[in-house]
Amino acid sequence: MIDSFRSGTSYLKTADSEWYNQRLYLAFFCTMAAFAVLFVRLFYLQVIAGNEFRRLSENNCIRLQTIAPQRGLIFDRNGTLLVNNRPSFDLGIILKDAKPVENTINRLSTYTSIPLKELKEKIARAKCASYKPIILQKDIGRDLLARIEAHKFDLPGVVVDVKPRRHYIYRYSGTHIIGYLGEINADELKAAQYTGCKSGDFIGRFGVEKAQDDFFRGKRGGRQVEVNAAGQVIRVLKTVESKPGHNVYLTIDHVLQKKAEDLLDNRAGAVLAIIPSSGEILVMASSPSFDQNSFVSGMSHKEWDALITNPFRPMENKAIQGEYPPASAYKIITAIAGLEEGVIDENTTFFCPGHYRYGNRVYRCWKRAGHGSVNVVKALAESCDVFFYQVGQKLGIDRLAWYAKACGLGSCTGINLDHEADGLVPTANWKKQRTGVSWQGGETLSVAIGQGYNLATPLQMLILISAVANGGTIYKPLIIKTIETAEGEIVRKSAPLIAGKLPVSPKVMELVKKGLWKVVNDRKGTAWKSRLDGMEICGKTGTAQVVSRKKDDSFSEEERSFFLKPHAWFVAYAPSVDPEIAVAVIVEHGEHGSSTAAPVASEVIRTYFEGRTEEIVNNVR
Amino acid sequence: MFDRRLVQYFDWGLLCLTAVIAFIGLITLYSAVSAGTSTPQKVFYLKQLIWFIIGLTAMIISFLFHYKALERWAGVIYAFCIVLLISVLFFGRYVGGSRRWLTISSVSLQPSELVKIATIIVLAKYYSNLAKTTGLKMKDLFIPCILVAVPFILIVKQPDLGTAMLILLIAGSMTFFVKIERRTLIYITIFCGITVPSIWFFLKEYQKQRILTFLDPDRDPLGTGYHIIQSKIAIGSGMLYGKGFLKGTQNAFSFLPEEHTDFIFAVLAEEWGFAGSAVLLFILLMLIVCGLNIAYGCRDSFGTILSVGITTMLTWEIFINIGMVAGIVPVVGVPLPFISYGGSSVLTVMISIGILMNVSMRRFKHQ
Repeated sequence: MIDSFRSGTSYLKTADSEWYNQRLYLAFFCTMAAFAVLFVRLFYLQVIAGNEFRRLSENNCIRLQTIAPQRGLIFDRNGTLLVNNRPSFDLGIILKDAKPVENTINRLSTYTSIPLKELKEKIARAKCASYKPIILQKDIGRDLLARIEAHKFDLPGVVVDVKPRRHYIYRYSGTHIIGYLGEINADELKAAQYTGCKSGDFIGRFGVEKAQDDFFRGKRGGRQVEVNAAGQVIRVLKTVESKPGHNVYLTIDHVLQKKAEDLLDNRAGAVLAIIPSSGEILVMASSPSFDQNSFVSGMSHKEWDALITNPFRPMENKAIQGEYPPASAYKIITAIAGLEEGVIDENTTFFCPGHYRYGNRVYRCWKRAGHGSVNVVKALAESCDVFFYQVGQKLGIDRLAWYAKACGLGSCTGINLDHEADGLVPTANWKKQRTGVSWQGGETLSVAIGQGYNLATPLQMLILISAVANGGTIYKPLIIKTIETAEGEIVRKSAPLIAGKLPVSPKVMELVKKGLWKVVNDRKGTAWKSRLDGMEICGKTGTAQVVSRKKDDSFSEEERSFFLKPHAWFVAYAPSVDPEIAVAVIVEHGEHGSSTAAPVASEVIRTYFEGRTEEIVNNVR
Repeated sequence: MFDRRLVQYFDWGLLCLTAVIAFIGLITLYSAVSAGTSTPQKVFYLKQLIWFIIGLTAMIISFLFHYKALERWAGVIYAFCIVLLISVLFFGRYVGGSRRWLTISSVSLQPSELVKIATIIVLAKYYSNLAKTTGLKMKDLFIPCILVAVPFILIVKQPDLGTAMLILLIAGSMTFFVKIERRTLIYITIFCGITVPSIWFFLKEYQKQRILTFLDPDRDPLGTGYHIIQSKIAIGSGMLYGKGFLKGTQNAFSFLPEEHTDFIFAVLAEEWGFAGSAVLLFILLMLIVCGLNIAYGCRDSFGTILSVGITTMLTWEIFINIGMVAGIVPVVGVPLPFISYGGSSVLTVMISIGILMNVSMRRFKHQ
């Protein structure tokens, strides 16, 4: 009381209640006006226009139909169309319109000869009855479409939705780099990455389809339509056109890619080719392959099981996911490390009697008779193991590992594809942590010739040989050349990206290159048989021992012995001066790099130059 | 300490009106969430009931103390709400691309709702000391501009354009109520007349498109435009007497967007027809008139401006929400007081009513 009394005097001086009350009349008037507007509007909607709105509400006449966008196309580097879309027709039913539902589906079953039971099951599975169409059969043929259209007025609520469907033109070709699609799932629908997607949409699941999904997707359009009691469109009120997605031009050369795939001929393995001066991937073939189209049209459990249990792993992109011992191709690194660290020079020779004794163990050279006296060039050309055992022993594991890492092994190349493996560069520390056992000197010997714990992906080996070819620059591998809008406006253009440099001086580089030249062009070189007339190839063969394979009783004796055969490697570039292409080939269980992998590489190189230079003859056929 | 006259002058009419509107709101919400096909939505109904009970407590607290305390604490209340708004920007929960909610254990609060009241209180305090019959001058308007700009910008950042504009409208109306000097008003009009079109000139193409779509929903026939058509069909199809409780069809098949929040009026209009919506409109008008009457009866300027501010807030919310659902106001996310689902909205409205009651029951104390 006292409190309020005291403050009473202070506010009375400003409080001109009469004046405020006049202002309040104004406020009252404004409020009445606002409510009058609402009142009139409601009277108009509900009383004057009420009948029309009641009619429209009766069948929920105004509906939205979506127009699915065209997914962006995929071309190769020369503009050859690899992936497009074809129209497909999905048969669906809107239960609320299909009154009486029983009769409608009976008729539908007779017209389409889809078993009645199947139709009923699909309807029962799609829980709620609403105005959303239930898909009865995806991708119906033109015949069926014609039959349904003919009986359109007998089939209330039956709708045919036209949707663009992905079409991979060259089945089994470029599969792993292009990738495939899959239907979006509930979790992905919630993800920010997929805003704008609806259930039933197909999104990229693998390869470029996944990596560039946001570019491919385009923008959904739609129509506001008025339908009659049978759910048939009688009027299109408004249309928003869909916007097609962006087109992607790969760096892949389709002709060369196809050639590489043919050369692999379903043997498990990978062929890769790159432009050494830019890092653009020309070929990325992984074998065996699969049909991407079956992911779009849906496949049976059996087909799927067959794909994922196939011992040759067709779903895996062996070029980036396959990890193999790099074998003798690794000797390039050992040679560089040895020369750069000064443990050998160009004149250093070791005698190879066909084996090398270290501790109480004998390490064999692949050539039992021995290579005699070898220097570094000859050692590379003839792939002398004994020479590199000694270089490795002098370097020690950690120095060798440093060079391997600097050459790009043991870490991802950064290619814009999922699931890239990083391989393994073993060090003394790594082994101690991993197994708890200290590093054994003998293990260095195995590592020096690319065996032991060493693991590399074909792509890593490709980047290595490509860097040797261009004089030491490690490029980030590129698979996208340009991305364009449907109208042809370039939105993204790839430029070469330097990821690093080989730790090598020009002099050492020359020595190594000389060795690699002799591999193919010296009568004693391991790939002499794969030389070409008119095109000098440089390369390095490799034969990767398959050390341990889990005992699997599901294999027969014959199969088991197959899976114990070594993997065949060949990495190469051509021509020897100013190389234009570098190639890496691995054939799983192909036994010898010289006899299995090298011919594939030389044929890829021959094809690449075919028609560009004078006739190149593959003289070994 | 407790005056018997407080009970004597308690505004029973306002309480009755509030109870009636809350009851209509709960019934409509029940219809909106239970007619749909998905069952878990029914939990909304119970949640809203709990919020009304919490709101009732807040309302009682709001009229227990003398409203002059609000004037004394205006700055603190305002600062507290601004701190809440800032913390939303950092710790707020992301829902549909915007951060509007602060979550404390399982309770989510929308500080932008509470900040409306805080702004009203702080403006009422400022204007009550300044108001003169000649009107406010330019220099008098500087501080109110800052006081409004701070929450406005913070809410735009969330982004919640609807609530931000609502604060602007409330503050604008309050300022008009205490009168702007004629010359100042002319200057402001000229200033806005020049700046607004020149802002348009600097906007990017997509921003222009967004504003055009906002003003004309027909430009977005697959989104807002479609929602407005469906909402007009729902309202119109109610005709004179409506389709009956729980018999709305637009609602039942999810043709209406957010039927339990912003578009809830369409559910009521469809089921109860023009008769029902006119009755609701009339009751809401009675509430507003009641609020203006409290301002009329109040003898001090702070109480008067405060009541006018709160009444203005309710009026704008009602007008924008129903106007938007009926297709005459651009679509912004403004809830219908008492009726729309949402804890923060209920809490704010109940506190507002509490403050009105506070002013009402202390009107004769100083005579």
